[in-house]
Amino acid sequence: MTRHKDPPPFSDAHVRQAHGAGGPAMRALIESVFLAGPSADDPADAEARALDDGAAIPFGDQFLVLTTDAHVVHPVEFPGGDLGRLSVCGVVNDLAMMGACDVLGLTSSVILEEGFEISLLRRLQASVQAACREAGTRILTGDTKVMGRGEVDGVVFSTAGLGVTRRVVRDAGLRPGDTVIVTGTIADHGLAVLGARHDLGLQGDLRSDVAPLNGLIRAALAAGGGHIHAMKDPTRGGVTSALNEMASKSGVGVMLTEAAVPMTAAARAAAEILGIDPLMVANEGKALLGVAPEAVDAVLAALRAHPLGRAAAVIGRVTADEPGRVLLDTGFGTRRLVERDATPLPRIC
Amino acid sequence: MCLGVPGVIIQISPLTEAGHTAVVDFSGVRREVCLDLVDEPVEVGDHVLVHVGFAIRRIAPEDLAETLAFFASLAAEDLEGLPPPVPPTGERES
Amino acid sequence: MTAALQFRDPVRGEALLRRLARAVDATGATRERPVSVMHVCGSHEQAIARYGLRSRFPAALDVRMGPGCPVCVTDAPEIDAAVALARSGLHVLTYGDMLRVPGTEASLDDARAAGARVEVIYAATQAVAAARASAATVVFFATGFETTAVATGALLRAAPPDNLQVLSAHKWVPAAMEVVAENPNSRIGGYLAAGHAATITGWGVFEGFVARHGKPVVVAGFEPLDILAGLCVLVEQIAEGRAEVVNAFPRCVGREGNARALAALNDVFETDAGEWRGIAHVPSGNLRLRAAYAAHDAAHTFADRLAAAAEPIPRANAADCVCGAIMIGQACPTDCALFGRACRPDTPVGACMVSTEGACRIWYEARA
Repeated sequence: MTRHKDPPPFSDAHVRQAHGAGGPAMRALIESVFLAGPSADDPADAEARALDDGAAIPFGDQFLVLTTDAHVVHPVEFPGGDLGRLSVCGVVNDLAMMGACDVLGLTSSVILEEGFEISLLRRLQASVQAACREAGTRILTGDTKVMGRGEVDGVVFSTAGLGVTRRVVRDAGLRPGDTVIVTGTIADHGLAVLGARHDLGLQGDLRSDVAPLNGLIRAALAAGGGHIHAMKDPTRGGVTSALNEMASKSGVGVMLTEAAVPMTAAARAAAEILGIDPLMVANEGKALLGVAPEAVDAVLAALRAHPLGRAAAVIGRVTADEPGRVLLDTGFGTRRLVERDATPLPRIC
Repeated sequence: MCLGVPGVIIQISPLTEAGHTAVVDFSGVRREVCLDLVDEPVEVGDHVLVHVGFAIRRIAPEDLAETLAFFASLAAEDLEGLPPPVPPTGERES
Repeated sequence: MTAALQFRDPVRGEALLRRLARAVDATGATRERPVSVMHVCGSHEQAIARYGLRSRFPAALDVRMGPGCPVCVTDAPEIDAAVALARSGLHVLTYGDMLRVPGTEASLDDARAAGARVEVIYAATQAVAAARASAATVVFFATGFETTAVATGALLRAAPPDNLQVLSAHKWVPAAMEVVAENPNSRIGGYLAAGHAATITGWGVFEGFVARHGKPVVVAGFEPLDILAGLCVLVEQIAEGRAEVVNAFPRCVGREGNARALAALNDVFETDAGEWRGIAHVPSGNLRLRAAYAAHDAAHTFADRLAAAAEPIPRANAADCVCGAIMIGQACPTDCALFGRACRPDTPVGACMVSTEGACRIWYEARA
């Protein structure tokens, strides 16, 4: 794998929230704990060490793509979705980001806290099934565990997915000269969940974008083929984390144009009044694509023709300067987009 | 140091134990805001500056216009060669 | 947001940058001997960072960040008190800004992770709602400058439920400007004052400051044009040797301020000398609840628990932190031996690294 230059030293004795925030602390934990040990330099482990959205396994003339994701969210139901829908979309989207838009099937492990409401569980499971139908897949096998009160916080959905593709797309594939496309408005998911979680009393059309992207990405790949050099879904840490990771792994720089980044009026307003940078907020139904210039028009047209890609837009370009850095042109000047190890909170200062 | 956000009053709420409140629209999201600190009468359509759930000032259209005019005068000498600025509308929110 | 967009118009911004460059030239400043100004507001730093304005400032202009971030200046023992109350089993509410700021050995977020009930609120009114919805005591750890303190004052004056307790760490920002200006080594030529605080106090509050210190003060707002216009007017005064208060934020600030809010502030709070993190002693810098509100004063109600709390053990390197010198403009983050080594965003030693408004955090992220 391409190591991030200057990995932060890892000296923690206990797991902290930051280790799950999708930023540098999480990567430090993975590298120093999960990827440590005798096999650390074994080329056979290169797939795990790529830290991509999933792993690609050669199988005949194609690749099987395998991914897994554990999902927790508070509240379990939020405007625009719930944990069940999230658990399917998270896995389907990780597969799609590797190019595997045909999903062979999913597994679902559910860990429940004693006392959890069965009626809520039924609603979550109905969402799982609805999301599977949208993605053209199904749950093939599952597992259920019940923990005592207080031993787990409500419910955890752990999902794995298996997909297949002829060409694997990596998040490390950005090339200088590529155009960066986002498939729609940003920050909708994180702001909808935040508004619901902290009881902020915000009224308005703040809805999570949680959706399975394999149909949208299939259309983009059909239009752009090998000109789509890299893809990633900007989940935890938002566009900032995803692009930093892509730039760092690809050894390139990225220059974004703030005015070009699509947002709904409600999300823009909510981010403004809560003092939160929307570029740091999680999305669950968006993708970032690095596309060669000659294919940009075709890919954009294909994205915009799909219901989940109507607001797709060119938001930046890939440069050879300042490898590993993501810069934002604000219209007044430029600033660096820096990953953070914490989910944004509403602030008053 | 203090995140203050301008919004427009779209509804004055009935008096409750939470005091005098209003629904304020912030260009797309709305929130209940307490009016107990604002120091002049306000009505639907007024712009207010909001901090931690309290309106702390009515933003008068003439004060907004004064700010815009002041900045325009500061920028006036140096606009040569630049594209035209955003045209002023004068009375929308700050 | 039509008008907000006008305050974010890059074309006027470009024109104001040209004007600012001329003003800086007129002071005779050079890259080696820059003209130094200080803003006293974390939100000014946020806006400067958010719009990338630092990348466009003239090289001979040095814009320093003063003690204007309430998160940065809240002293460790004040956070320790909130942590002690949370650990003693009380339900503690605080603004999101304060959650992750370390006290002497722990933050409220650390206490929460260890099982204490700590929740983030966004509006002061949520504290009253939480108390009404609960049979148990609710402690509101109230932080921020006068802009925020007036809201705490308003809710205490509106007959809140008996189970609402306020732990005040509110601060009065004009007091800190005095401390900075009185420093004999200060090279600060003028001050950009915080617009929203001035909404409460009025710009007249700075007239005495200008008379005492002979330095100009410009009250500025938080859109990019507000900041650029404010800097133009400030540096032009320095170039011309004038020292006046100029209100560059007339849409939100008047001369007298908000009389109703000031009445709430004065009724509920009194100023007290106190320690500000890093800056040390600030006469009249703290806002504590008056005796008439003792029934809602957590410092009074829970004095026994606070006294009984174990004295926190300071972390080893805390004494080397130079946050204070940074906040009064005497040092840059890179002057600190801990900066980027022991003190990083994931292991902050001083508050300037914790807060996303903090000078150290902003420098670290810009160079990392």
